[in-house]
Amino acid sequence: MNDYLDELEAEAIYILREVAGQFDRPALLFSGGKDSICLVHLALKAFRPGKFPFPLVHIDTGHNFQEALDFRDKLAEELGERLIVRKVEDTIIKNRLQDARGKFPSRNALQTNTLLETIEEFEFDACIGGARRDEEKARAKERVFSVRDEFGQWDPKLQRPELWSIYNGKIHKGENVRVFPISNWTELDVWNYIQRENIQLPEIYFTHERECVLTENGQLMANNAFLNLDENDVLVTRKVRYRTVGDMTCTAAVESEAFTVEDIIAEIREAKISERGATRMDDRISEAAMEDRKKGGYF
Amino acid sequence: MDLLRFFTAGNVDDGKSTLIGRLLYDSESISTDVIETLTRQSKNTGEHAAIDLALLTDGLRAEREQGITIDVAYKYFSTQKRKFIIADTPGHAQYTRNMFTGASTAQLAIILVDARNGITDQTKRHSIISAVLGIPRVLVCINKMDLVEYREDRFKEIVSDYRSFAELIGLRAVDFIPASALNGDNVVHTSSNLSWYKGLPLLSYLETVEVDQFNGADEARFQVQYVIRPQTEALHDYRGYAGSVLSGAFSVGDQVTVLPSGLTSKIATIESNLKEVPSAVKNQPVVLHLEDDLDISRGNTIVLSSALPATEKEIEATICWMDNHAFQPGHKLLLQQNSFRTKAAIREIRSKIDIHSFRDLESDGELKLNELAKVHLKLAEAISYDAFEKQAKTGAFILINENTNNTVAAGVIH
Repeated sequence: MNDYLDELEAEAIYILREVAGQFDRPALLFSGGKDSICLVHLALKAFRPGKFPFPLVHIDTGHNFQEALDFRDKLAEELGERLIVRKVEDTIIKNRLQDARGKFPSRNALQTNTLLETIEEFEFDACIGGARRDEEKARAKERVFSVRDEFGQWDPKLQRPELWSIYNGKIHKGENVRVFPISNWTELDVWNYIQRENIQLPEIYFTHERECVLTENGQLMANNAFLNLDENDVLVTRKVRYRTVGDMTCTAAVESEAFTVEDIIAEIREAKISERGATRMDDRISEAAMEDRKKGGYF
Repeated sequence: MDLLRFFTAGNVDDGKSTLIGRLLYDSESISTDVIETLTRQSKNTGEHAAIDLALLTDGLRAEREQGITIDVAYKYFSTQKRKFIIADTPGHAQYTRNMFTGASTAQLAIILVDARNGITDQTKRHSIISAVLGIPRVLVCINKMDLVEYREDRFKEIVSDYRSFAELIGLRAVDFIPASALNGDNVVHTSSNLSWYKGLPLLSYLETVEVDQFNGADEARFQVQYVIRPQTEALHDYRGYAGSVLSGAFSVGDQVTVLPSGLTSKIATIESNLKEVPSAVKNQPVVLHLEDDLDISRGNTIVLSSALPATEKEIEATICWMDNHAFQPGHKLLLQQNSFRTKAAIREIRSKIDIHSFRDLESDGELKLNELAKVHLKLAEAISYDAFEKQAKTGAFILINENTNNTVAAGVIH
């Protein structure tokens, strides 16, 4: 156990097994992105030859990349694990919500509605997610077992002390716990782990040619049916890949020639811009954007 | 490459967050977009032109507004030699429990001292917590040396004061580094201002420091987290005990005892990483199979029969009270040790620990937020444990209030 990847892996498996041991109705939030794909890989190590003690749950915003959705379906089928999909589209129609607007309409905020409804529908008491503390400064403050009230809200000032590897998952009915097994991993750790374990990923993580909109601040957004472009927008075709896989409307591509996991690792080592900084439009709005979303029930 | 987990503690204005900011900044671990944001924020808060490095770790709106660290912030960086996880813990007395949290997983404590003020009550409190939690090594970073004209005699004076206190509270290994985080003296680079100092600057120290794990016993301990029973046609009789090796090592064929029942068996197979292995060591996640079909469930402890831990319903412990509400004898409590949970009651507060002198004080029957006390606990079910100073993983626990579900105390068993 000298290698740090072994240590991080052991910690994550321990946390997953604590979820299985402490909760009646847990779920693993699965997006088809690299972090949740790693979680699935870790769950295999934690629970095989048994079945996962939780279903995979995807909150589909309707703005996902098709490659990620195909990958999601294929993986769930290959593993023989239960996949639950709930659509933001349905929440919008049912609750007569205002859909996202603007040139890059992001359903990020609306996603929280569907997540909370899904938690209520299945009475999930724990939701496992692939968030990492190195991603963002509010996340850097969050516990591994993060207790949310019945409205899904995070109260950063009233977090339970979390000591050693003793996780307190006791909650009242209606509350739930968000659990982050790879809290202590960095972006580079994830890629080193993907390389070591030979984990398969959706192809949009690797270089490909794509028609993109060049935004005012120089980001490249995949041209897609959900954008509301006008004649002034500049379309360019570039060799790009995605560092994170979120919605097509708020996740930017980065120019890259990285063809293999090795190439990507080399690229990240050299990168001067952080993962979220390079790719997320939603975090650029304010300094406390993530903190505010979490307080509102977001992951 | 190995991983070093350390935490930083100090007074409110000792410059902890600035020190971490400096470590990250000077070791080029901060990306350009984060620096841009920081530059913008530093302007917003009306500080002088330089970047306010503390803003790197103070991630919550309230922290930035008040200019203090409220909760533990975890930061990650690596150099060619090592990977680091930093827990930046609050200095303010009100948030001492969060410091306890950050400290519990650390192998090294960095305690900051303001060179002008020397050792304060907070320094003592943080040092005592480090001692209670058995942190293998403590580094005292004497910061703000620029404000005492980088004087060697001032450094030596504080070193000498701290050494006598460290001896009193039983800290085993203590090192000292003079620095100015604000100016970057002796953090990543050596400084001509401190030419009298012949040791390593902070980063080189962190890259090379040896943190010996617990120097106590290393007996084989395992606790069941989850029982894997596929109940399929092909795996009808499969019954595996999933958990991590807490300490020591297990091999196939070992004679083991299951606690608290005391039943014995032999290890039939060990699975790790989805395949059978002949043995497993500390921290390794495994699935154990025993030769006999015993009644074993989550929270049960499996040990080598040749080295049994104590198994008792009454224990003596030192606890840190972490709840805003003071302890009430009527509170129903649960004790949790890894995956083992049982009802518990504090039967007696034997004494309280004075954080200035580390002496035992007579108990006034109360236990308030951030207080340390020696207590006698009675449990509904017997706990299998080792003294914390011998084996941390089986000697530590938390107390949960059954009514609020909050973690109200953390403790170590004697």
